[in-house]
Parts: sequence; C-alpha cells; structure tokens
Amino acid sequence: MLPMANLACFIRARSGLRSASTHPPPRQYAAPGHGALVIKVIMDELLKLLRRDARATHESLGRQLNQSADAIAQQIAAYEKAGVIRGYQAVLNEDELDLDMVTAVIEVKITPQREGGFNRIAGRISRFPEVRSAYLMSGAYDLLLFVEGRNLREIGTFVSEKLSPLEGVLSTSTHFMLKTYKRLGVLMQVEHSDERLSVTP
Amino acid sequence: MNDSPSLRNRLNPVVRDIPRSGIRDFFDIVSTMRDVISLGIGEPDFDTPWPVREATIFAVERGATHYSSNLGYLELRQALAQYVARHFGATYNPEHEILITVGVSEALDLALRALVQPGDEVLYHEPCYVSYRATILFAGGTPLAVPTHAANGFRLTRAMLEARCTPRTKILMLNFPNNPTGAIMSRADLEDIAAFVRERDLLVITDEIYAEMTYDTPHTSIVSLPGLRERTLFLHGFSKAWAMTGYRLGYACGPAELIEAMMKIHQYTMLCASSLSQKAALEALRRTETDVSEMVGEYRRRRNFIINAFTGMGLECHRPLGAFYAFPSVAKFKLTAQEFALKLLADEKVAVVPGTAFGNCGEGFVRCAYATSLANIEEAMKRLQRFIGKL
Repeated sequence: MLPMANLACFIRARSGLRSASTHPPPRQYAAPGHGALVIKVIMDELLKLLRRDARATHESLGRQLNQSADAIAQQIAAYEKAGVIRGYQAVLNEDELDLDMVTAVIEVKITPQREGGFNRIAGRISRFPEVRSAYLMSGAYDLLLFVEGRNLREIGTFVSEKLSPLEGVLSTSTHFMLKTYKRLGVLMQVEHSDERLSVTP
Repeated sequence: MNDSPSLRNRLNPVVRDIPRSGIRDFFDIVSTMRDVISLGIGEPDFDTPWPVREATIFAVERGATHYSSNLGYLELRQALAQYVARHFGATYNPEHEILITVGVSEALDLALRALVQPGDEVLYHEPCYVSYRATILFAGGTPLAVPTHAANGFRLTRAMLEARCTPRTKILMLNFPNNPTGAIMSRADLEDIAAFVRERDLLVITDEIYAEMTYDTPHTSIVSLPGLRERTLFLHGFSKAWAMTGYRLGYACGPAELIEAMMKIHQYTMLCASSLSQKAALEALRRTETDVSEMVGEYRRRRNFIINAFTGMGLECHRPLGAFYAFPSVAKFKLTAQEFALKLLADEKVAVVPGTAFGNCGEGFVRCAYATSLANIEEAMKRLQRFIGKL
C-alpha cells in the first residue's frame, strides 16, 4: 500500500493534470431528443473557440461551424444568460508593464463548516477584491488563492488582518510570483516565426 | 543553371528531360515578394507537438545517435503494427513486414524500384502529388495517368481504370485523402476498385499520408478489403497529422517478400532512417492522440470557413472531405490556372498553386491549402473576393 504522503502527492499530481488540460463539462441546453447530441457538440466547439479568442466575429465563427452569424449570436447570448460565459478579459503580459503590483499564491488550510462544507468560507474569502482566483484543492492544503497587492507589505496586511483571522482558517502559506511564462494557455515570451517555405508540394 | 553541352549529353535522358516541379517554379516567384499570404504551403502550420520535440531532445541526450537496424527500430515497428491494425484494419508482422523510411517519398521510390521492370505500366490518378510521375519514370516504368473530375468529387471509378488499363499494367497507385483535391474514397468506392484490382491481378501502392485528416466520415483503407492485403503496399508517415515534415519519417507495410526487396535497396542506398526521428515517432504514437485530434478539429473549422467563403463569393468548389486542401474551379474567368494564380499573386499578394502543377487535368483549378492560420485565411478570402470582383 502507498504511504499516505505519496498518495496525497499522487492525487495532487493527477488533479493538476486534469485542471490543466480540461474544463468543466459543458451543460446541455438543447432540448433532449434526436438532435440534441449534435447541437451539444457544436456548442462545445463554439466555447472552445471563444476561450481561445473571445473577439472572433460572429460571422467568422459561423463560417467555421457551418452556422449563420445570427445563430452564433443567439448561442453566445444563451451561454451568457445561463452563466456559462462569465466575462471576457484581455490576456496581458503584465511583466512588460511597469505595474505597481505583486501577486502572491497563498495556500490556505481551513476547517469545513457544518452545513456549508468548504463552500461557505471559500465564498467569503473569494469576495475580497484582492483575491483574483480561488480554487478548492486536494492534497496538503484546501484552498489556493491568487492575491494581488501593490507590494509585499500590502499582501502581508491582507493575510494577517483579513485572511488569517477568519473563523475556520487554520493556517496560510504565502509564495510570491516572480515571472510569468504562460498564462491561460498563452506563452508570454515566445515570438512566433513561420520557417516554412512559402510554397511547397 | 550551368548548361555545359558536353555534360548535358552525358546526363541520363530520363532525368534530363523531366521538368522541374511546377511548385518549385512558383516558389521561386513567390519568394521574391514580400507580405504575401500563402495558401500554397502543403505542410502543417502547427508546431510539432511538444512531447515529440521533447522526446527528440531526450533522444539526443541519451545518445540515440547511431544507426538503427535497416528496417528501423523494432520497438517502433511494433508500435506501428499496433497502430495500423487499430486504425487501418490490417495486421503486419513487425519483424519482417514493416520498413521505416525517410518519408513516404522514399518508400514510394523503393517500392517502384523493387517492382518495376522496363515496359511495366503504373496507373495513377491525376491531379496528384507532384512526385508520382517522376518517381515512376526514374524507376523505368511507364506512367499511365487517369484523370479524375470535380463532377464526382475527384474520386476514382472502375470505369476510369478500365479505360486506361492494359495487359502491361502492373501497379495501381492510390492517394486518398488526396493532395491536391481533398477527395476521399468511401468503402463502396474502394470495393469497386478492389474488385477490378483482383480481376486484373494488379498490385496496389496506397499512399495514405493524410488518413487521419478526414472531416465528415472516417477513413477507409483499401488494405482492409478482402484479398487486398496480399497485393497491397500500405504507405504512411508522420509529416502531416503529427506536423513532423522536417523529421522525414515514413513507413511501408506489406507482404514480406516486397518489404525484403525494398529493404535491400534501402540498405544499400539509405542504410536507415534517422534514429532521432524514429525515437520521436515512437513518442508521437504513444502520447499525441489529443494533439492530433485538436489539429484535425482546427483543420475542419478552417475547411468549413474556406468553403463557406467560396460559396459566398460564387466560386465553385467541390467539398473537400480530407487532407488540408481546397481545389476550387477558376475556369469561368477565362484565364488558365497559371495565369489566374500569377495575376492573383501580382494584384493581391495571395499565393495559390495552379492546378496544372498536379497534372494536366488540374487545368482550370487552383489549390488552396488551409494549413495556415484562420486570420490568414480570412484576409486571403477578402482579397480573393476583391480580385474576382474585378475580373
């Protein structure tokens, strides 16, 4: 049998893999019946394209998916209404900007609460504007937070005055981010060059 | 080129008289121009999947830099036997029925050299990959082109073969999904061809380099049909679906006697395929299923886009079902394919390849490869629409 520590590592590695390569399974909005599966597949593909480039025009998306621009607009509106699409943001290379900002990754151990489990306290923590992202994790800690502040001291203040005193927070471990190589699937440093010949058989 | 007359007379006339590839001529023109959007590139725009590149680096570190066996690493042949059995429906013994080659091009050359005797005729369908006719001639064979037509989606039929086949015909070459037309053959289409092949006792060389890239229906290989495995050489490689063109890695699967004969030529001329490329190919077979299906999904969307754009501008094009080429007709503009391509390049800086580069029956068509980014395709379609509006 595996020792517990190894098992935890194994599970963390596995869950890391999963979160990196897939996203939550899409819900089905089409009416159930014969055509439902096809519609679902097309919707999945639409989301995949939007995840890559949210600014693609409805006309271009329609041509790629063999649908009209209007049909695409309707599907996007439906996804927005259903809360599947929660917003659109630019992916910035923040290292290139002279920003007065640091990002910390904070591992948080919490006690699950009666009737609320982890959700209630995770929800409270997520509401702080400093928290850019928050995830429930398997393994040695429970929540992983990405927190932004102007400098180390500001992050320190957030941890000591807001996060740690919360009821149910057992401990925190803070790491500062130094450089971004890849974010949301986008490489920050690579310059793309096409080395192919201009006409080949 | 240095045209020293004394040397010219001493060149092998077969080689001397064969024209350079039309693609090459067109490349020479395009390469002098700037800011051209090229739909003329017959290779994937995607980077080779990272696991494959990483495996190549590891192979260098580990010192896999020596000769492999002539047939190729056994481990790779075993993995290929499994892959071919699962996806193409034919089982091969990795010990003596699979040969790893320097691309499908080498495999095709070896096969023709191993089989063709002077006077033997080799049937192949046009429009087709630029090298087929030349490779048949270099091997001393007589090429017999069978023209295919847009009206039936550039598929090959039994009637077309019957019209060209003679008692001296020995081999039928197939390439589906097809470069440059994007045509594929259904199982029923292939069954008719297979029946003809059995009746006339022909051998088949099937180049299935684009097999993973079919967009509406799954690929069928002729080798899976009854009685064909014994008379067919199956060729495939990693250039297209795995975006590994520069690795130059292909393979041939066939009856042991033919593989043995091909191996002898390969042994004396090539020795073995690059050992690094072989290591990379093994990784490609093991760990890139998702990468390949994502690339195929992207090609499918681009195919949809380009066909919808052609329809929108009134350009006639049969629906390409595989590979990454569209082959629209430009005949209605009263220009030859070559004139159309040159004028499009001069006026709008969009490169397409004249259909005649792929055989005479490609006249009136141009090949548009959608192995380039959607942004490029969108811009190229805008320019093309403007261009034909003025013709």
